[in-house]
Amino acid sequence: MAEKTVATNGQNQNAPSREGTRSQERYVTPPVDIYETAGGLVVKADLPGVEKENLDLQVENNLLTIRAKPTHTSAGESVYREYELVNFFRQFELNEKVDQSKISADLKHGVLTLQLPKAEEVKPRKIEVRVE
Amino acid sequence: MAQWNPFEEMEMLRREVDKAFEGFGGRQEPSRRVAFLPGSSPRRYPLVNLFEEKDKIYVEALTPGIDPESLNVDIMHNRLTLSGEKIRITPDVKPEAFHRSERASGKFVRTVELPVEVDEQGIRAEYKNGVLLVSLPKAEKAKPKQISVKVA
Repeated sequence: MAEKTVATNGQNQNAPSREGTRSQERYVTPPVDIYETAGGLVVKADLPGVEKENLDLQVENNLLTIRAKPTHTSAGESVYREYELVNFFRQFELNEKVDQSKISADLKHGVLTLQLPKAEEVKPRKIEVRVE
Repeated sequence: MAQWNPFEEMEMLRREVDKAFEGFGGRQEPSRRVAFLPGSSPRRYPLVNLFEEKDKIYVEALTPGIDPESLNVDIMHNRLTLSGEKIRITPDVKPEAFHRSERASGKFVRTVELPVEVDEQGIRAEYKNGVLLVSLPKAEKAKPKQISVKVA
């Protein structure tokens, strides 16, 4: 899985860029963990303050896009501030080994868990040897 | 009268300077702005915001993926202590199975000094979507009071 949010020098030139960065909207890249299991890849991303309705996941041209908008609003007047809840945005390129039709997502306690199952043809297969 | 506290003044100056340079964030890589990553600022986790109302103080902490059972909120005078544990990914995942590991995990403790005395009985804490919200009513003596002026 290749990171697509930050274009590296020269290599990712033809990667689809974020829609022309139309707006001057601010965003942060959520930290992620990606690990492999027998069935596929698991992606976990920290998205605090995000409701299910404001999470937008898309797969297009082998590009997985995570877009989220924290909706949490605070009461009162700000007296001290260490963080700001701004939009989350991150993209990853998927390769053909991921079965894109079977991706599932789950959001719990501000953590998004994506299950990216491996396509059938790349799953390890046991071949039985018949002895006659 | 408030006492003059040089450390508080220094802290205020630091915040002012931080604020002044905030606008130059354009050159910053977006990944550096991942504000709640413990790895980039190990001294302060979780990050907190403080809000004030006429008779309440609100403390909000960015704590995604915490086991709610492990979350603890303690108050001692005007010191609020938040502690808990960020859930580790299931231990049966081997280290070599990781492609990326950016989310830190483990136990944390953070103490926040509140600007006013609070009523310890009325404190409420809520964990929602990975954000910890603590609302603390101000103590009676810390609430603003209006004194009417009599015209003689």
